[in-house]
Amino acid sequence: MSGYANQATFEPVAAETAPLLQISDLEVGFKTQNGMVPAVRGANLTVYPGQTVAIVGESGSGKSTLAHSIINLLPANGRVLGGSILFRGEEVTEFSKRRMAAVRGSSIGLVPQDPMSNLNPLWRVGYQIKETLQANNIAKGKAADIRVRELLAEAGLPDADERARQFPHEFSGGMLQRSLIAMGLAARPELLVADEPTSALDVTVQHQILNHLDSLTSELGVAVLLITHDLGLAAERAEHLAVMYKGRIVESGAALEILQDPQHPYTKRLVHSAPSLASRRLESAHERSQIAEREAASREVLAETESRDNVLVAENLTKAFPIRGGFGQKSTDFKAVDDVSFALQRGTTMALVGESGSGKSTVAQMALRLLRPTSGRVLFDGEDIAPLAGRDLLGLRRKVQPIFQNPYGTLDPMYSIYRTIEEPLRTHGIGNGKQRRQKIKDLLEKVAMPASTVNRYPNELSGGQRQRIAIARALALDPEVVVCDEAVSALDVLVQDQILNLLNDLQGEFGLSYLFISHDLAVVRQIADEVLVMRNGKLVEAATTDEVFDNPKQDYTRDLLESIPGGNIPLASTG
Amino acid sequence: MPEATTNSRTTRAGQHRYVAPLEETPLQSVDAVSKESDGSSLWKDAFRSLIREPLFIISALLILLIAVVVALPALFTSADPTFCTLDNSLADPRAGHPLGFNQQGCDIYARVIYGARASVMVGAFTTIAVVILGGIVGAIAGFYGGWLDALLSRIIDIFFAIPFILAAIVLLQLFRGSISAWHIVAVLAAFGWTQIARITRGAVISTKNSDFVTASTAVGATPLKNLIRHVLPNSIAPVIVTATVSLGIYIVAEATLSYLGLGLPTSIVSWGADIASAQTLLRTNPEALFFPAAALAVTVLSFIMMGDAVRDALDPKARTR
Repeated sequence: MSGYANQATFEPVAAETAPLLQISDLEVGFKTQNGMVPAVRGANLTVYPGQTVAIVGESGSGKSTLAHSIINLLPANGRVLGGSILFRGEEVTEFSKRRMAAVRGSSIGLVPQDPMSNLNPLWRVGYQIKETLQANNIAKGKAADIRVRELLAEAGLPDADERARQFPHEFSGGMLQRSLIAMGLAARPELLVADEPTSALDVTVQHQILNHLDSLTSELGVAVLLITHDLGLAAERAEHLAVMYKGRIVESGAALEILQDPQHPYTKRLVHSAPSLASRRLESAHERSQIAEREAASREVLAETESRDNVLVAENLTKAFPIRGGFGQKSTDFKAVDDVSFALQRGTTMALVGESGSGKSTVAQMALRLLRPTSGRVLFDGEDIAPLAGRDLLGLRRKVQPIFQNPYGTLDPMYSIYRTIEEPLRTHGIGNGKQRRQKIKDLLEKVAMPASTVNRYPNELSGGQRQRIAIARALALDPEVVVCDEAVSALDVLVQDQILNLLNDLQGEFGLSYLFISHDLAVVRQIADEVLVMRNGKLVEAATTDEVFDNPKQDYTRDLLESIPGGNIPLASTG
Repeated sequence: MPEATTNSRTTRAGQHRYVAPLEETPLQSVDAVSKESDGSSLWKDAFRSLIREPLFIISALLILLIAVVVALPALFTSADPTFCTLDNSLADPRAGHPLGFNQQGCDIYARVIYGARASVMVGAFTTIAVVILGGIVGAIAGFYGGWLDALLSRIIDIFFAIPFILAAIVLLQLFRGSISAWHIVAVLAAFGWTQIARITRGAVISTKNSDFVTASTAVGATPLKNLIRHVLPNSIAPVIVTATVSLGIYIVAEATLSYLGLGLPTSIVSWGADIASAQTLLRTNPEALFFPAAALAVTVLSFIMMGDAVRDALDPKARTR
């Protein structure tokens, strides 16, 4: 590692191979009502044949814009304003539309972000791949049909014959992404641009897909430009790494070097907060020690009766949803949650982990008494919550509050922030106007939002800020249990880290108990004391966080752990 | 696991370690709250984009003018619209009577001015009645769902299947000779509420599953409170758009009924009745027909334009932020 000279001073020396893609001083802007808004500023990037290069950054950092400018797929108001993009030594920005269309697909492939919306639901998957082959003049007619099957098989889909005749809705998310990868590689391009190829998928599926992509591209010698927000994933998959922030590449270099010795403050911040790279539970040392003391004290009191103080207990919880059969057929039951039992200890966090469809959100809904269990019970402070009604139910509502996943749906767009946080207070008739105003001010301070926010409306706030308001609303009633249903999953890494720390601090301050639902084991490791692993509605493993991470008992848990991107990368200790 | 540790080969040209100077991109605190923008809600945003929209400005000015005409017709003319003598039959315009006279010798300008009241009032009250009736039925059907929804939706379908004007003609036949403006409002509303009911139902269904409604339930709000406080305010936008457009349609309906002789009695000045009585003069004295018809067209057009502008402002897809 020799100094941090400006990259622009390097002359591209004729090394063993010429670069496949060479971006220099690239400027991209978007035309808006307020004039040109720069999206990419002075970016330099080089990709060699067969190499995997990753661009890492938060949403809005310009990473997708940079990638899309390579294949000239910028939105209508986007323009390349300066710099050059050389692909195989030819200037891409000067290509005619026809020339560009010829390069797209055949020389540069694209794997888009959201597999669910990138295939036309009206056409069979096989036909859509065939379209790619024909558009690039690779094969026609019968030959194309055969090639489609080969590609699908190569993409790791068994029964390729049958699959080709199916429609996109018959595929799972992972299978769709596999077909899109097959399409991206159909014409054997030299460069594959993969724009967040697995962000919409479950961790285990993500792991499989990335492995598959890895082996395919190295077999075919295809260079990959991987766009991702996940530093761990980037470091694990790529040789060379570029970190983007506010339209600029702030740091680039060998992936491992950057991870182990970040230089730019932004990179340091990213490395520091990436959940996949942190290995321990967050500690707000002071507060947590206080809790421990308090707990010890209360434990002595309770010593005769019980060794732990469980605030929320689930006993053999089962929820079945009827699935309506066809005409004249009997409806069948689908067990979303099957015989789940757990006990949440006061002042601690219990994480409920599983893939989508594992039934973890249904458990949350039952714990909140938004759904009634088919059988089994939920006990709050030793009392069954199912029969509660009227005043008693209102009492329970006060003690158990939710925080939801989607920051854009969780706040009523018609309500100002003041009214949003006031609503629980008003529903429960707490305080007069003046006291409420004070309480709302306090709550905003707790979630680190300026007091001036009260007059704002949700659409003026970012996702993380909305989630902080949602937390303030949940805390307005001084609850004992907060159910976080994927509360940080939709957020950027840095914001996610910030919210996790906030939740942790609040736990320390108020002795809150969290039921923390997440698909992301890396996040769970940071916040949870105990972990429950769910699969297909059933509980497969339950233990303390350390035990689950250090010594998983079940294969499924091991699979989940394996799938944490970048989990195995050795990391120099970060401050 | 793929090895991440094998890339220790020598760096190639263009891939040397590079760190941007800090001054280029000064680090901001994570997720900082921007201080510049002032409070804005959906409605404030919509209003802001509306006042820059020529379509809205024109239609708003026209509607304002129509409102003044309806409220204070005497401001615009001193002539009496019901003072008609055959001496003046089809007389040319003269001082104080800028548009001349119709066949009965009534001042056309005065009748156009005074006719606005009947048309606009029928349109406005019908719209209010339709929004209340259709809104309530649609909201209940959408929010509570289940058998109630099935029942109400079928009732909506049945009313929807009845031709609107035809039903009004048949019903108004019953009151022939003693028809008041309220009869017309009641009959138009009775057959016009289904469209609003359908739109409200759809909007309520798409809003009721939002997280913020669930959050409100978890706070302890009852379903009815949820419906009134969260679901309805978030479903009202498409209803307002439809209501504005249909206000124009009801004015046309009133004119149609008056034209057919099933509208307001001749003692009340109305555009529809004037158009009906002037139709035979189309070839010889078209102005007797033209002016009430033009007034009707401009009124209807301004409400429809207003509806269009409001829809554009409220539709988040059409808006660019």
